[in-house]
Amino acid sequence: METIIQGKAYVLGKNIDTDQIIPAEHLVYSLSDPEEVILYGKYALSGVPPQQGGLPQGNIPFIEEGRCHSAFTIIIAGPNFGCGSSREHAPFALKVAGVQAIVAESYARIFYRNCVDGGFAIPYETAEQLNQLIKTGDELKIDVEANTIENLTSEVTYKLNPLGDVFNIVEAGGIFAYARQEHLMPQG
Amino acid sequence: MAQTITQKILSKAANRKFVDAGESVWLNVDILLTHDVCGPPTFDIFKQEFGPDAKVWDPAKVVVLPDHYIFTANEHAHRNIDLLRQFAKEQKLEHYYDVGTDRYKGVCHVALAEEGFNLPGTVLFGTDSHTCTSGAFGMFGTGIGNTDAAFILGTGKLWEKVPESILFTFDGKMPAYLTAKDLILQILGDITTDGATYRAMEFDGEAIFSLPMEERMTLTNMAIEAGGMNGIIAADTIAESYVKARSQKPYELFQSDPDARYHSKYRYNVAELEPVVAQPHSPDNRATVRSVQGTKITKSYIGSCTGGKLTDFVMAARILKGQRVSVTTNIVPATVKVARDLETELYDGQSLKKIFEDAGCSIALPSCAACLGGPADTVGRSVDNDVVVSTTNRNFPGRMGSKHAGVYLASPLTAAASAITGKLTDPRDFL
Repeated sequence: METIIQGKAYVLGKNIDTDQIIPAEHLVYSLSDPEEVILYGKYALSGVPPQQGGLPQGNIPFIEEGRCHSAFTIIIAGPNFGCGSSREHAPFALKVAGVQAIVAESYARIFYRNCVDGGFAIPYETAEQLNQLIKTGDELKIDVEANTIENLTSEVTYKLNPLGDVFNIVEAGGIFAYARQEHLMPQG
Repeated sequence: MAQTITQKILSKAANRKFVDAGESVWLNVDILLTHDVCGPPTFDIFKQEFGPDAKVWDPAKVVVLPDHYIFTANEHAHRNIDLLRQFAKEQKLEHYYDVGTDRYKGVCHVALAEEGFNLPGTVLFGTDSHTCTSGAFGMFGTGIGNTDAAFILGTGKLWEKVPESILFTFDGKMPAYLTAKDLILQILGDITTDGATYRAMEFDGEAIFSLPMEERMTLTNMAIEAGGMNGIIAADTIAESYVKARSQKPYELFQSDPDARYHSKYRYNVAELEPVVAQPHSPDNRATVRSVQGTKITKSYIGSCTGGKLTDFVMAARILKGQRVSVTTNIVPATVKVARDLETELYDGQSLKKIFEDAGCSIALPSCAACLGGPADTVGRSVDNDVVVSTTNRNFPGRMGSKHAGVYLASPLTAAASAITGKLTDPRDFL
């Protein structure tokens, strides 16, 4: 697990549901065939209404036309990120697009579990309304050991909530790696 | 120590006498449910982690119900069904309900109930957020992702954080114009879409225990719309007789202790409630139908795990008998059984099917269909600036297809009344 995560912010509002993260019509592609996997990157966050993508300005596409990777690797959002369906395709799509961490005020349970157990982006929670304080494109640095996020653009540092119970699973890289480490299942 | 019904069921599954809210425990799983959207990637992860020749922990406990993208020309969707079929064959899964055969059922949450898989006191995990529906049977049901499901496939176990519970008590006798959908939309407006995140939503009270099982399922189905881990109603004689008619398997009844600790409690008198909708674009954006009456609609949609059960169609028929709809109205039975029942169930001497056909509705084949948009050729999918009144469960932007459409979530009574006038209409105008 990396101890420093650095990248550009992509800022979103509240209640970003899984249909906005990856619209249902795209759930038909394979999650293992490399040629189809990149389509999840291409359509990541494509369900977000344009004016609500890339706040505070809005109308900033997460993925540029014809690309499968995003220039933004840290998502900043309000409460209840990932609400809606159980589709693991949602954190998967964000990972394929290059997202390494999400910082939101809170998460829906299934999305949060999927992030942790699937070893996708790290789901950080924060007590601050960071989506009001950080702008899309700001350069951010997360210190995993100190539980802080620094906005290098505005030179302000904010606290992140400790990952708590799930830290060990995140550190191991997902539920399977964790279960092997803890001898809950045979070594693979 | 006093426990809620959810704690008691999780205690049993964890081989403990007591589990406390907030602690993480490993649970033994009674049933794992999956479908065509999340089954194939789950099976992929299972093989990757447990080996190409691995066998599932217990083939009798895996239920595979394709239901999402069934009646479509989309080749990727067809491939997903092929992958389910292949895995079911290789793993000798007796509970696989193949598309294009007599075994096909339809929407998984409704089919689970119909086929007797819902047993009080048991633990169900499913790769679908509406797995909480089964909580209507006094059991624990919750949604998970592919990785967690693959872990269960190999081990029969999963960790879960024991939830705090919120208790919702509904007193009084249900008025004829009020439905379970109105009750859950009322709650959503009060506690919002994250008001129950990581918590159990427990329902009780005279009005709840007067409801038939399918109406109870509407309530527990939408627990996830408040972020709930599970929705639950203790099994009573109505639940037991439903279960006994469909299963010979043993089950165990649990009830919350009178002094069990709750996160919070809400109390309603149903006589004081009225028909409501959730306005675009969130299930908690509640308004009384009267307050938005007259809003023009372009479509009415009656279907899904939430609103496509037989009782939903009986309610719609009460309004539509002898009437004509003025907008496109899709009737989408949740399952093959519901579709057959539309032909045999009579309301006022006529079959529901005849009532709907005479009213000008179009009846689709059973599947999830446009509840979640689906491939471009999905029946009822919203287009352009559609304004839809729908008995489904979610109305986030783009949920039913078009990003520019607006969806009003409503009861079958309200969806039917609005279909006639082409405007949002309080069902009391037709009752």
